[in-house]
Amino acid sequence: MKILFKCHIGIGTKVQGEVLSANDNFSARYDLDRLKGIFSRPQHKLVGKSYVDKILVLNESKGGVASAWMLYEMCARKMAPKAILFNKANTILAQGASFANLTICDRFIDGDITSLLSSGQRVAVDPINGLVSII
Amino acid sequence: MELNKEEKAMASGELGDAVEWAINHQIQVGNFFDAKNFVQVSNVHMMIDPESVGIDGVLFLEKLVGMKAKVKIPMITDPRGVDLNYYTPLGQTEEMANIERRTIKACTSMGILMTNTCVNYQTIMAPLLGEHVAYGDTGVVIYTNSVCGGRSNYEGGPSALAAGLTGRTPRYGLHLEEKRIPTKKFCIKFEPSELTDWGLLGAVIGKISGSYWEVPIIEGINHNPKSDELKHFGASMASYGSIPLFHIIGITPEAQNYSSKFVNQLDEHEITIDDILSLKSQFGKKGDKIDVVVFAAPQLSIFEMQKVSELCFNKSFKVPVIICTSPQVYADASRMKIIDQIEETGAKVLEGTCFYNQYAREIGLANGWKRLMSNSAKIVNILGGYGYEPSLSSMENCIDSAVAGEII
Repeated sequence: MKILFKCHIGIGTKVQGEVLSANDNFSARYDLDRLKGIFSRPQHKLVGKSYVDKILVLNESKGGVASAWMLYEMCARKMAPKAILFNKANTILAQGASFANLTICDRFIDGDITSLLSSGQRVAVDPINGLVSII
Repeated sequence: MELNKEEKAMASGELGDAVEWAINHQIQVGNFFDAKNFVQVSNVHMMIDPESVGIDGVLFLEKLVGMKAKVKIPMITDPRGVDLNYYTPLGQTEEMANIERRTIKACTSMGILMTNTCVNYQTIMAPLLGEHVAYGDTGVVIYTNSVCGGRSNYEGGPSALAAGLTGRTPRYGLHLEEKRIPTKKFCIKFEPSELTDWGLLGAVIGKISGSYWEVPIIEGINHNPKSDELKHFGASMASYGSIPLFHIIGITPEAQNYSSKFVNQLDEHEITIDDILSLKSQFGKKGDKIDVVVFAAPQLSIFEMQKVSELCFNKSFKVPVIICTSPQVYADASRMKIIDQIEETGAKVLEGTCFYNQYAREIGLANGWKRLMSNSAKIVNILGGYGYEPSLSSMENCIDSAVAGEII
């Protein structure tokens, strides 16, 4: 089994944590109850699940510009994921991650990252070198 | 990224701590998207509602003020989250209002113009073809890129602020001609006839496209749409698909840049009335009870305000009706007695806000609002995550349903 995945260089610092993965998209505004730290959108595949301190693995970021401020606010309250891995990030999530110093990576050369990583696995994320490894 | 002399001075702190933060934030984002350099922008629009910003965001803004931060170019704002003339009746708290007051004070200190609108292309100044800008609010960006031919990425609040402080933004995404080339073709097999149809059509195209990096090109629209129609169309497409740019053949300015031969080889999708009705059926059905009717997202133009006032005439509502418009339109509508005509019925017009960024979860709980009805395909998409059970119909049907207390 492949345990090292290459991606574009990301943003943030090296982190390790438990994966929470779904072939679904992400918006802090549309999908989350940020006070409780859970996915709240009924149609989201992770509805009811806590994202706090997880390595979130999702398809794309979507929707609104609010996510940029919201990631900062979530990190300040320590109610944020440790990192977010996307197949493709939109501009807002990259900007928000930069502002919040949250680790983010995308554009994996090995394929769909939501199928390569499963919930419950532990991974190390190295955004400086664009590497994610199962540990 | 390649930096010129001025940008190097900014990055090293020679032009102050605030500018140093701003450009280094922009460089990090630019590197993430492989930007080669910066592009000058003419003006900035920033999304900065208090629910999103939170107390920690306000502290950051106040820290910038302490660094003597001043924007270099004209900079305006998206809707506020608290109408300071009307928040207690909505169930908003003093804490929320104070975050709003501090946000306004900090922005004003930095020279930001509090226009509080998500329809600045209708009310303030529409960008010109080829003009580079840095805009927040997805609806503003998609209209700017598609209808006006301006150039902007989605700029989140902090990045928009950084662009205001430096007068530029990293040259990536929609600032590059190659990222504006169509990637998917949509053939429309029905004529959208009113705002909700346009919103639903945008939603269907957005869901199929599904990525910030896809550019739909659309054929089959056989009449010239109005600004309000493309406003709902774009805002909804951006909401459901994170799409920042579309082209409509024969309508939008850049569509003519692409030959039929090129367009016809793209991945093609046909959209019929059945696709529209299928999506609409997910948002309420006849006879469902409703708790509140909202017209917002995007803020209403003066034409929409006039139509609401005409529909409200001699009506009495069983559930609250809330309308959100820009301060610019509010002033005109007030002068022309449109606000009075609407509010005589018991409906309420909010100035400079938009419902979904007004602490929607909290005001829903405070007022017992769960079953929300609107003509905005965008707002019904957003509010599901805030605990609402939204329903969608035309403006006329929303008004009639507010009279009945249930979906007509």
